[in-house]
Amino acid sequence: MVLTKDIYNKLRGKSTPSGFTVDDIIQTGVDNPGHPFIMTVGCVAGDEESYEVFKDLLDPIISDRHSGYKPTDKHRTDLNFENLKGGDDLDPAYVLSSRVRTGRSIKGFTLPPHNSRGERRTIEKLSIEALATLSGEFKGKYYPLNGMTDKEQDQLINDHFLFDKPVSPLLTCAGMARDWPDARGIWHNDAKTFLVWVNEEDHLRVISMQQGGNMKEVFRRFCTGLLKIEETFKKHNHGFMWNEHLGYVLTCPSNLGTGLRGGVHVKLPKLSTHAKFEEILTRLRLQKRGTGGVDTASVGGVFDISNADRLGSSEVDQVQMVVDGVKLMVAMEKKLEKSESIDDMIPAQK
Amino acid sequence: TYWFLPHSTAYPDLRQHNNCMASHLTPAIYAKLCDKSTPNGYTLDQAIQTGVDNPGHPFIKTVGMVAGDEETYEVFADLLDPIIRERHNGYDCRTMTHPTDLDSSKLHSGRFDERYVLSSRVRTGRSIRGLSLPPACTRAERREVERVTVDALAGLSGDLAGKYYSLTQMTDAEQQQLIDDHFLFDKPVSPLLTCAGMARDWPDARGIWHNNEKTFLVWINEEDHTRVISMEKGGNMKRVFDRFCRGLKEVERMIQEKGWEFMWNEKLGYILTCPSNLGTGLRAGVHVNLPRLSKDPRFSKILDNLRLQKRGTGGVDTAAVGSTFDISNLDRLGQSEVQLVQTVVDGVNYLIECEKKLEKGQDIKVPAPPKGN
Repeated sequence: MVLTKDIYNKLRGKSTPSGFTVDDIIQTGVDNPGHPFIMTVGCVAGDEESYEVFKDLLDPIISDRHSGYKPTDKHRTDLNFENLKGGDDLDPAYVLSSRVRTGRSIKGFTLPPHNSRGERRTIEKLSIEALATLSGEFKGKYYPLNGMTDKEQDQLINDHFLFDKPVSPLLTCAGMARDWPDARGIWHNDAKTFLVWVNEEDHLRVISMQQGGNMKEVFRRFCTGLLKIEETFKKHNHGFMWNEHLGYVLTCPSNLGTGLRGGVHVKLPKLSTHAKFEEILTRLRLQKRGTGGVDTASVGGVFDISNADRLGSSEVDQVQMVVDGVKLMVAMEKKLEKSESIDDMIPAQK
Repeated sequence: TYWFLPHSTAYPDLRQHNNCMASHLTPAIYAKLCDKSTPNGYTLDQAIQTGVDNPGHPFIKTVGMVAGDEETYEVFADLLDPIIRERHNGYDCRTMTHPTDLDSSKLHSGRFDERYVLSSRVRTGRSIRGLSLPPACTRAERREVERVTVDALAGLSGDLAGKYYSLTQMTDAEQQQLIDDHFLFDKPVSPLLTCAGMARDWPDARGIWHNNEKTFLVWINEEDHTRVISMEKGGNMKRVFDRFCRGLKEVERMIQEKGWEFMWNEKLGYILTCPSNLGTGLRAGVHVNLPRLSKDPRFSKILDNLRLQKRGTGGVDTAAVGSTFDISNLDRLGQSEVQLVQTVVDGVNYLIECEKKLEKGQDIKVPAPPKGN
């Protein structure tokens, strides 16, 4: 954390128009000294203005977290799926599933650490209305957490769609579980390939996913669906929080920019135990997680591999890195299966 | 945009809930209070958050709200007054006054049969006036509570002389000793406390003070600013209560010398974080073995009429193990410390008499409820 006494003293008297203070920003980081698997940010935003009012603290954190991103840098948004090259040929014998997610915040409302019940319910209401206008491959249904039948709940659990009340202290200490399960819910299309979480860690989390390795298709659906949703929100005068410096504004500073995590569940039992595994990931600008999510360990050599970057590169750039990187790692895995060396395949730093 | 959302959109969904807050928070009261805040900025939503997030408890009907500061009890009186009435046996703080009496010489028959009573304990809490309470306090305020209290405790002498162990600085050896003595309190895990914000910044400015004899103990910045505990093995409740009163008065004198005082008023007595601890904040109790009586179907009724409560020996939200129970006073507000400890003394003596009767195959009687119940 970059919070020096000077910065703290400078910021402690300030608050955003909605009343979020520096102590509110850092509470989760104070209460959670560190995580074994991943260096956590330790701060959250309570509203869009947090990033402005507390820039003395958040700019250095953003820079640290996003590879030196400067306060004067501009972020590029590219949701044109046709710009992605390849991505339809990841070997399904290794790549078990593909997924792209992002978050969106609705302008004019405060964020999950800070929002009131009234705001949260209004966000839910607006989301339901927007999603109800979707059609074709995007036609779907909303399941409020506080009102689904047992049968619906079981089905959502079996589909691995249901999100639970957060138990991670990273989230609970930031106040994101307040009033659970009020105004929380899950929407998904009939085909179960496009999913929206309402009022979990962000106002909206939008997820496109499917079994197998066709990341191209996943990304196409992701971009198409997102743009349709955004159109509907804009029509009702509730655009998404976005600016040309930070891109899409979300609760956690780590998700600024694209807010995009594009990834696969991939079998890499040999590569993952190779001495250079971490280095390869770093050079490919990729990140590994356990298949249970951000703060879990891997099980059985299956890893969740996704882009490490969020800010300073576009959606297309980031998914391209995943596609190219995973393709390379699967090739390495195959080599290692045959007891061949992968030394000449080690990539240069991207 | 959001400032103009109507109150009706914000009223919490309490349909699954079973706590005092849910019983009394009507939409009308919510609408009246939801835009108010105490001078420190504590709001209704903050006060009720724990009750919204914790619909109900299997063993005990929880209060479902907390105070963030002394003024909470006044600013949100429309909600707290009926909760206090329900929780404290009809006590009406608008018309009644609460008696404070820490003269332990008035206690009689305070020595229990040690074949049954394993240990005796009296605890209360005290809040330092002018500093916000654990759900709302800043780091700075919490550290000030620690400083003021530790300073006062350093002035105790004789059988009360002791030492402070800060949670952030104790050595491993000290920590182990405190665990072995059953003195060490942990970071709260109960969502009743965490949802109210009481675990923030843990373990900053938290600590334990105890006298050298290990019979007088003060917790700093756990669920209240201070929790004061007098305890010992065996059945000498009289001595436990003597030490309790003496220690409390000494500590109060010390902080007053420095210009501080405890939060107290004549309507609500001592002001603490949880409305259930208003008045005396006092829980006097014993760990007592009642193998036969505890299996008698009249046990609960007997306890009720004696104005006593049973808990497991692990604390408020635990179940009993075997036939050893934690038996303590139900009431906190509307009767003095002396009266409540006397109630425990008389009640536990009665329970022991029942146990002895059952041992001899004799029948027992359910005592009459106190007058006015």
